[in-house]
Amino acid sequence: MDLRDLYQDIVLDHGRHPRNFRVLTDANHLAHGHNPLCGDKVTVFLRLEDDRIADISFDGKGCAISTASASLMTEILLGKTLAEASTLFGHFHDTVTKGDGADLPPDLVEDGERLLPLTGVKSYPARVKCATLAWHTLEAAVKGGGIAQPVKTE
Amino acid sequence: MNLLLKERTMPATAPAFDPEELRRQFPIFARNPGLVFLDTAASAQKPAAVIDGLADFYRGDYANVHRGVYRLSARSTERYEAARETVARFLNATASEIVFVRGATEGINLVAQSWGPAFLQPGDQILVSELEHHSNIVPWQMLRHRLGIELVVAPIDGTGGLDMAAFARLLGPRTKLVAVTHVANVSGCVVPVAEIVRLSHAAGARVLLDGCQAVPRLPVDVRALGCDFYVFSGHKCYGPTGIGALYARNGLLDAMPPWQGGGDMIRTVCFEETTYQEGPQRFEAGTPDISGAIGLALALDFMTGLGGDAIRAHEADLTRYAEAMLGDIPGVSLVGAGPERLGAVSFLVDGIHPHDLATIFDQYDVAVRAGHHCAQPLMDRLGLPATTRASFGVYSTRADIDALAAAVRAAQKLFGC
Repeated sequence: MDLRDLYQDIVLDHGRHPRNFRVLTDANHLAHGHNPLCGDKVTVFLRLEDDRIADISFDGKGCAISTASASLMTEILLGKTLAEASTLFGHFHDTVTKGDGADLPPDLVEDGERLLPLTGVKSYPARVKCATLAWHTLEAAVKGGGIAQPVKTE
Repeated sequence: MNLLLKERTMPATAPAFDPEELRRQFPIFARNPGLVFLDTAASAQKPAAVIDGLADFYRGDYANVHRGVYRLSARSTERYEAARETVARFLNATASEIVFVRGATEGINLVAQSWGPAFLQPGDQILVSELEHHSNIVPWQMLRHRLGIELVVAPIDGTGGLDMAAFARLLGPRTKLVAVTHVANVSGCVVPVAEIVRLSHAAGARVLLDGCQAVPRLPVDVRALGCDFYVFSGHKCYGPTGIGALYARNGLLDAMPPWQGGGDMIRTVCFEETTYQEGPQRFEAGTPDISGAIGLALALDFMTGLGGDAIRAHEADLTRYAEAMLGDIPGVSLVGAGPERLGAVSFLVDGIHPHDLATIFDQYDVAVRAGHHCAQPLMDRLGLPATTRASFGVYSTRADIDALAAAVRAAQKLFGC
């Protein structure tokens, strides 16, 4: 296994310079995610308009993988519906845990491809949680109905 | 306050014994050629003397203890009790002061659950330090609500060592127990425990020392230290998992109520009333970890063969060398460990999270621990979510540390920093 498969340039770039890395002051949903194993902490902020993600951001402290994953997630999900977000998460989750995800509908294929650089974690079982923390936290933010719900992966 | 010190120490003199030679006594290295094992503080590898000795015990001498009339059981009992003697000798204690437990964690829980309710009153204080492992925090917290006692925390100073002035200030008439580590697991900080025992006893407090990281690294003499309780885990000092020992100074055990009931810990049982054994047996309910105790004795004999002073010199040499080699790399800072660091070095690399580092190291066959090291309060105090820790054993060599330093540079290259 080549380390470069895990730490691709795009991952290193997003890890070092995360996008949408800020507190969203007009968020109407948020959740805190925590990986007690490595101490990673992430907060995902959402501004939902009906079922559309009108704005999304995150902050926190984490490894390159978890930071890059959160960063890419926010870029991809901006403007998406919750149903589309859920489909993308399901696809990504299956890809990194089972090695393969279900086919995506045509309009999401491109977004799925943008997540490919992160799927190197499937060869590093100890790191899968790092790649999925932000997504699990997003899920909690949506379900939380605007109330912070702590999420833990370990 | 700068707790992350940039250290530049020159390498010390040559090791006190030949670790290359010793390595051959550890089968793991033959099966895993190229392994750079720098996680001994989490658990040590096992020498053939322990692995083979355990198999030999099962093959030749095994039966349950303290029960059988037959000779095989007598022989097994003899070996089990001889193991207690070995632990006692190793710590300069007597066998009646040694309780076999699953590990340091169980030892601390035993003291908390048995000694605690018997000797603590509401308003009493237990003084711990910021350096503690969760195992020396949580058992005392569990007593807090039950007994109405307080947990007081002695802080570290700007160098990462225990702030002794603050410790002395916090020690008061309400302090009934001081529970501190002998060597800190995150930083390798050697705590001045003899001084702590002296101050604590002068204040009328009992002292429990967590010797998990000390017993594998330096000679421990509980008599000389004068502590009341001392705990350690067998698996960190080259013995099996699931076994450890609690030392309780002469007389203390007899005053403590049993904490688990069952066979072996009783003298007589009838439905109306049960009378208990005295001394260590009172705390060893049920069939004990017989082979674990024997394995632990084999491990301690192995360490005695090397010599406590020689082990300490070897650990100190590697620690100085690691400080120098890591300190030489731009962007690397060491977590401060006060006046003396022994056997473990926690460090940070600018721009690379410890979890990423450990994954990259693993590709170079360098095994280290990354995370909070079961010491979240200390990590919070340091303002760090995690660190990377390299720790050493008798089989560790300077070449291992060279490989670590090379892996750090490779990670920096990969991350472009």
